[in-house]
Amino acid sequence: MLYAVICYNSESVVGAWSKEKDDAVMEHHKGVLAQFAAKGRLGPVARLMPTTTATTVRTGREMMVLDGPFAETKEQMLGFYLFDCETLDEVIAAARELVSEPGAMEIRPVMYFNPGNQKLVETK
Amino acid sequence: MSDLGWIDAALTSARPQAVAALLRYFRNLETAEEAFQEACLRALQKWPVNGPPRDPAAWLILVGRNFALDEARRRSKQTALPDEDVLSNTDDAEAALADRLDGEDYRDDVLRLLFVCCHRDLPSTQQIALALRIVSGLSVQEIARAFLVGEAAMEQRITRAKRRISQADVPFDTPGAVERAERLSTVAAMIYLLFNEGYSASGGELHIREPLCEEAIRLSRLLLRLFRGDPEMLGLNALLLLQHARAPARMDAEGQIVLMEDQDRRLWRRDLIAEAFAVLDKAVRLQIPGPYQIQAAIAAVHARAPRAEDTNWHEIDRLYALLETIQPSPVITLNRAVAVMKCEGPEAALKMIEPLEPSLSSYFHFHGLRGGLLMQLGRNDDARIAFDKAIALANTAAEAAHIRQHLDKLMSEGKKRKAN
Repeated sequence: MLYAVICYNSESVVGAWSKEKDDAVMEHHKGVLAQFAAKGRLGPVARLMPTTTATTVRTGREMMVLDGPFAETKEQMLGFYLFDCETLDEVIAAARELVSEPGAMEIRPVMYFNPGNQKLVETK
Repeated sequence: MSDLGWIDAALTSARPQAVAALLRYFRNLETAEEAFQEACLRALQKWPVNGPPRDPAAWLILVGRNFALDEARRRSKQTALPDEDVLSNTDDAEAALADRLDGEDYRDDVLRLLFVCCHRDLPSTQQIALALRIVSGLSVQEIARAFLVGEAAMEQRITRAKRRISQADVPFDTPGAVERAERLSTVAAMIYLLFNEGYSASGGELHIREPLCEEAIRLSRLLLRLFRGDPEMLGLNALLLLQHARAPARMDAEGQIVLMEDQDRRLWRRDLIAEAFAVLDKAVRLQIPGPYQIQAAIAAVHARAPRAEDTNWHEIDRLYALLETIQPSPVITLNRAVAVMKCEGPEAALKMIEPLEPSLSSYFHFHGLRGGLLMQLGRNDDARIAFDKAIALANTAAEAAHIRQHLDKLMSEGKKRKAN
């Protein structure tokens, strides 16, 4: 079974960290990741930029592109994709293609990327 | 976590929201600040034992409000204080308040708090000091150090500023759309000034004061989270990130200014640049260019060039031309002249800035650039006069030293010529 571990914290708290504090937290995370990597059980790891960089594509009666993150609602995060795109428009187009049901896809540029070492897992 | 640093971090980040809400309740800055202080003291007692509340801001608002209401009641009736446990048993109320905090009220609260600091009767340095004290929660000592003045002087300055705004009419009604936009632009201007105060210090030995820049970025992020779709808030945030990204390369080991074209671009902070590009992408999609966004776009052209000689000066010239039409100003024309110099040469640039002399005659950068252009054209005597004027107008030791380097170069060239 693969698990996604999604890290939550107050952005204003994290944003107020000094560089030293931020580095220390990241080092700690890397230490934990290294244990999994050593066992060959590490998947892709990504740290996202602040929600100020986020864009949301939402479907309802019509498709809308909204500034800001998808948040503060009852819906849960369902999945996580990484696309290599040249422009914001290109990734919005990709997200438009993905949303077939009413719901939302948030687009967040990635700050830190580690491709990991897992094989493709399809449970269906 | 074993240390109590998390409490400090939580109190700091909850501060703008909490003080802003308390200001709405009590319509008095001093009461709001006192209430917040008291709530912080109680947090320091309660949180290490009970753990952090689900929503620290909501907890602080509730506890602060109860305290201030109680104080008022005690003063008017001399009645007994309610039991401590009643005051602190805020679980249910906190949840209800947290829900309301997600709404529009909170946005306008924080904007109001910042706007109050920007009272137009206050000189800009006082506006900035006040915002740092009230919104950011920096200590008077920290602010005094950032402005390179004594603590007592800064204390006095802040007290005077507070007195001034306590006499002023603070707008407590929910603002309409036009008024909200006006407040937002006033506050954005203050944040921009705060950043510039750090980016290019207006006095003293230190040329860059990073804590001021970092605080400005923090406030711009706060505003952007509240007004997500605002193109100028996006622009301002991107602009500050891009300018600050160059900070590690802007001074050499001796504290001398390193011009952008001579900077080691490997020192530029790629994390901030990447974030700024992402923010700017969003702004550009909205297709409503404004002054901050265009300035951010100009900074982005520099950030995209791997080496100084790769800079797309034609794009910069085009962006400055656009900025000139939106916001005509001699300083913008002066900046455009640098791009014109790169594209068309020093003569065209000199022609462009000569008419600016009457309005910029006491502006350091005008004489600095003019001297540089004259030097390129071989008019060394005129260049020397311009550089002398620049030195007389320099705001910091680093600015003066930088111009002196040009002068030294002229002197040594002059000597060489005589020797030949």
